[in-house]
Amino acid sequence: MACFLVPTAEAIVTTIAAKVMAKKEKNMEIHHEGGSSEIIEKSRFSRKLGWLNNMLWGGSALLALEHVWHGEVVPWFPFLTAATDAADRAEMLHEMATVGVTMALLVTTAWAIMVLVSTHLEKSAAKEAKIDTAEKAVVPVSEKE
Amino acid sequence: MTLLITVFAAIVATIVWYKHAPNDDWKIGTLALMYWGASLMWMVDAIFEYAELKEEFFQPEVADLINDSFLGFTVVALGLVIWLVVLLAKDPKGVLRSKFATKKN
Repeated sequence: MACFLVPTAEAIVTTIAAKVMAKKEKNMEIHHEGGSSEIIEKSRFSRKLGWLNNMLWGGSALLALEHVWHGEVVPWFPFLTAATDAADRAEMLHEMATVGVTMALLVTTAWAIMVLVSTHLEKSAAKEAKIDTAEKAVVPVSEKE
Repeated sequence: MTLLITVFAAIVATIVWYKHAPNDDWKIGTLALMYWGASLMWMVDAIFEYAELKEEFFQPEVADLINDSFLGFTVVALGLVIWLVVLLAKDPKGVLRSKFATKKN
């Protein structure tokens, strides 16, 4: 009926959060007491939040088409056919609270798993890079001996 | 059927993205995520429908099946249109920007 409105609402919130985060990440510069400054490498969490935005916006848009297809969304006020009748409205709200919330939760869970896996991969790649650098640093020493 | 068609579209888009990764000039990653988002949402819808209809869920009428397939292909087409708009708006290869810059000169 209108279950796609719940992920759409979440998409609005996460899009704003990603924009705010991206701005803050750009300005991440540390000033030391001696006057020198250091630019910290931009955390890419806003980019990862973009994955969630794509899933939520894309999914909501495609689901909205399905609702138009089935005549549940119309181009005139109040746009949702279920909103005109009190009994239908109650059913619609119940569907939003059950199906809609589960949709938003499942997409967010899938995204959280993606973030965990990518963070793990990034950490292991960084570890490997450190080992490589350490091995390279050791080589000239052993050659000297 | 809509769920199945969208899942297949998501799998194809993911394979194409993976084949060209880490290069994502064509923004296939965005397309894949859009289809995966829709697939997950329709999966929830299907689970709730199954809980209500039980075995009837797996025995749809032919007319419903055709209608759902038609909807599935329309959904895939809309996804492609959205992806194309995103691609042209972001213009990662700078094709449109260079075209306008040349016109200005």
